[in-house]
Amino acid sequence: MIPEIGQFALILGLVFALVQTTLPLAGAHFGIASWVAVAKPAARAQLLFVAISFAALTWSFLTHDFSVKYVAVNSNTQLPTLYLFSAVWGAHEGSLVLWALVLSLWTASVSLFSRSIPPKVLARVLGVMGFVSVGFILFILVTSNPFERLVPAAIEGRDLNPLLQDIGLILHPPLLYMGYVGFVVPFSFAIAAMLGGRLDAAWARWSRPWTHVAWVFLTLGILLGSWWAYYELGWGGWWFWDPVENSSFIPWLVGTALMHSLAVTEKRGTFKAWTVLLAIFTFSLSLLGTFLVRSGVLTSVHAFASDPARGAFILVFLAVVVGGSLLIYSWRASQIRSHVHFDILSRETGLLLNNVFLAVAATSILLGTLYPLIVDALGIGKISVGPPYFNSVFLPLMVPLAILLGVGPLLRWKRDSFHRVWTKVWPIGALSLVIGGLFPLLVMDFYDVRAAFGMILAVWVLGVTLRVLFEQARGRGFISVSRSFWGMTLGHIGIAVFIMGITLTSIYSTEKDIQLAPGESYDLAGYTFRFDGVTKITGENYGGSEGKLTITKKGVYITTMKPEKRKYRVQKQPLTEAAIDAGLFRDLFAALGEPLGNKGAWSLRVYHKPFLRWIWLGALIMTLGGLFSASDRRYRKLAGRKKKQRAVVTEAVS
Amino acid sequence: MKRYLIPFAIFVVLVIFLAIGLKLDPSYIPSPFIGKPAPEFDLPDLHNPNQRLKTSDLKGQVWVLNVWASWCTACRAEHPVIQRLVSLNIAPVYGLNYKDKPEDAKKWLQELGDPYKANLVDRTGDVGIDWGVYGVPETFVIDKKGLIRYKYIGPLSNGVVDAEIVPLLRKLNAEAD
Repeated sequence: MIPEIGQFALILGLVFALVQTTLPLAGAHFGIASWVAVAKPAARAQLLFVAISFAALTWSFLTHDFSVKYVAVNSNTQLPTLYLFSAVWGAHEGSLVLWALVLSLWTASVSLFSRSIPPKVLARVLGVMGFVSVGFILFILVTSNPFERLVPAAIEGRDLNPLLQDIGLILHPPLLYMGYVGFVVPFSFAIAAMLGGRLDAAWARWSRPWTHVAWVFLTLGILLGSWWAYYELGWGGWWFWDPVENSSFIPWLVGTALMHSLAVTEKRGTFKAWTVLLAIFTFSLSLLGTFLVRSGVLTSVHAFASDPARGAFILVFLAVVVGGSLLIYSWRASQIRSHVHFDILSRETGLLLNNVFLAVAATSILLGTLYPLIVDALGIGKISVGPPYFNSVFLPLMVPLAILLGVGPLLRWKRDSFHRVWTKVWPIGALSLVIGGLFPLLVMDFYDVRAAFGMILAVWVLGVTLRVLFEQARGRGFISVSRSFWGMTLGHIGIAVFIMGITLTSIYSTEKDIQLAPGESYDLAGYTFRFDGVTKITGENYGGSEGKLTITKKGVYITTMKPEKRKYRVQKQPLTEAAIDAGLFRDLFAALGEPLGNKGAWSLRVYHKPFLRWIWLGALIMTLGGLFSASDRRYRKLAGRKKKQRAVVTEAVS
Repeated sequence: MKRYLIPFAIFVVLVIFLAIGLKLDPSYIPSPFIGKPAPEFDLPDLHNPNQRLKTSDLKGQVWVLNVWASWCTACRAEHPVIQRLVSLNIAPVYGLNYKDKPEDAKKWLQELGDPYKANLVDRTGDVGIDWGVYGVPETFVIDKKGLIRYKYIGPLSNGVVDAEIVPLLRKLNAEAD
C-alpha cells in the first residue's frame, strides 16, 4: 500500500509540475494575473507530493518491504539502520527520486524567498523550473520506477553495494545533487529574463545568492566524494579524473566562472550576454553530467547499470532543455547592447580573464571526458583518456589563473593605473618568491623546484588576498567589511591552502607495497610500521580480517593502525578498509593486501602523505567563503526594502 | 544574430555524438589478435603427456580453441554448449587446459564428458599470455592459413554459437587453403 501511495504521490507531483510550468508561463506572456499567481502554490504542492513519494520509498526500506523490487535489490535485513536511509539513493531509481526531491526543494525555496521579485518574473522562473521537474519526474515514472513490485516478494534482500555502506556516501549524493540541481535557479532566472526581454542587472542580483549556495553544495559534494574515494577505494588517491568525477567538476568550474561573471553583470551592467550563456552552460553541464553518469556511455569506476531507454530519454530531455535555451539565447542575446566601457587594466578585464581560463579548463576536461566516445563514434578506434592528459592540460591553465587571482581583487573597476598596482604587488611578489622558494628547503625533506613553484604561487595568492583585506578594513575595522568581501577573501585563501596541499602531497608522498610477517617492521618517511599480525573480525553484515600495525617514530609510539579486509556476506564482495592516521601535516595510510604463505605474513600497502588534509581544508574554506557571500546584507536588505515598498503601494491602493 | 547561434550549433554536434554513443558499448574491446597469425605453442596432450601438439600441426584446417579450467565455474556452465558445437561436426574443437592440475582436469572431463579433439596442457599459463587470454573461458576460431579470425570472451551460449560461430566456421571451411 505504502509504495503505491509513493507512486501516486509522484504522479501528483508530476501533475503539479505540469501546472507550474504551463499556467504561469502562459499567464506571464498574456498578462493573466490569476495564472501568474498559480506559480507559488503549485511549486509548494509539487514539493509536498514529491516529498511524500520520497518518504514512501524510505518507509519501504525501513520496513524491509522486499516486495518492492528496488528495495529487494538494494537492501537487506542485516543492513544497519543508518544505511537503510542512505540505501534509498544507493542506486539509479532512488537517486533520481532524490534528484526530483532536491529540485522541488530548490523550487519551493525560490517561491519562499522571492519577495523582491516581481510576480511576472517569478512566474517565469518557477515555470522554467517546473519544466525541468516535469522532465525528471516523467523520466522516473516512465523508465525508472522505484516502486515497481516484485511478485512473489523476495524473502531476503540482495544488500546494498558494500562500497556505499559508508558515512561519506550517505552525504555525498545529496550534497552533490543540491549543487548540481541548484544551478537550475540561475538558469531559470536567465531564461526568465530572456523570455521577459529584460536582460538588465536585476536578474543577476537575484541569481547571485542562489548561485553561491548551489556552488557551496557542489563544492562540499565533490570534496566528500574525493575524501570517500581516498579512504574507501583503498588506492590512497584523492582524485582520479574519472568520467563521473569530471562530470561534477566541469559544472563546478563553469559555476565558479558564473559567480564571478554575475558580479560584473550586477555591478557594472556588462558581460550581459556572456553571463546568460554561462548560466545556461552551468546547468546544462549538470544535466550532461547526469546523462553521462546514468546512460553508461562512458566507462568509469562508478559502474552503473546502463539501459539504452534511459539514456535515450535523458538525451532527448537534454536536447530539448539545452537546445531550447540556446535558441532563446541566440534570439535575445543579439538584442543586448552594452554601453559600458572598460580599460585593459581594470577589474573587468581581470574577471574576463578569470572566465576565459575557467571556461577553457572546463572545455578541455569535457573534451578529454568525451574523447573516447567521439573516437568510438567515428569508428577510429578504442581509446581511454587518463590522468596524464588531464594533468598536463589542467595545471598549465591554473597557474596563470592563480597569478591573476592575486592581482584581480586589487584592481579597480573600469580603469586602473599600472603604477598603482605595481607598487602594491611587487613587495608581495618578492616576499612570496623568498618564502615559497625557501619552503621546501627549510620544511621538507628534499628540495624540489616544482614544490617551490607551487608554494610561491600559494603564498602569492595568500599574500595579496590578505593585503586587500587589510586595505579594506583600514580605519574601519574588520567588522565593517561586508560579508561579500569576506566571501571573496575566504574563497581565495581557500585556493591558496588548496594549492599548498596539492603541491606538497603530490611531490612528497611516498608509498610502498611491502610484505611483512608478524613482528617484522618497515621504515617509511621516518615512521616505523611494525606488523603485529591479523585477527578475524565479525561485523553486522560482514566478516573479515583485521591487521594490526604499530607505528613509532624514532622509538616513540605514535599510533596503532587497524586496516581491514572485509567480506560482505550477501554480496560476496571483498572490500579493503584502509586504516588512516590523519593529521594536519601528514596522513599515514595502510591497506591490507593478501595473506602470503602460511606463517601469517601479509602483503601491505603503506603511504605517507604530507599535507594531504590541506586539499580538503582549502575546499572547506572556499565553501565558507561561498556562505559568507550568499548571506551578504545587500541581498537581505533588498528583500526588506521591496517589502516596505510594496507595503506602501498596498496602502496607497487601499 | 548568427554569431549567437554558435553555441547552439556546437550543442547539436554534441548531441549527435552522444546519440551515437548510446548505441555503442564502451566496455567492448576488440582483440588485437584478430587477423593475426595464431601464436605458436608446443604443448603436451592431457591424456597422453608424451604426445605434443604444435600450432603448425593444425594448419590447413579450420579449428576452434576453447580455453577452460576445472576451477572455472563459468566453464562448467559453458560445457554443454561446447558439446553441442562439437556434435554439429563443422570443425574440431581443441581445449586449452589453462593453469590447471592435470588430475583435476581429467576428473572434470570424466564427470562432464570430453567433447574435445584433444586437450593441451598449459600448466603455467604462458601460452595463455601469448594468446592474450585474460579470463577463462575464452574461445578462438582459427582459419586454414593459421590466422585468428574470431575471439569470444566469457562462456559461450547456444545463441552466440548459432548466430556467430557456426556461420563463420561454414564460411571459413568454404575458403581456399
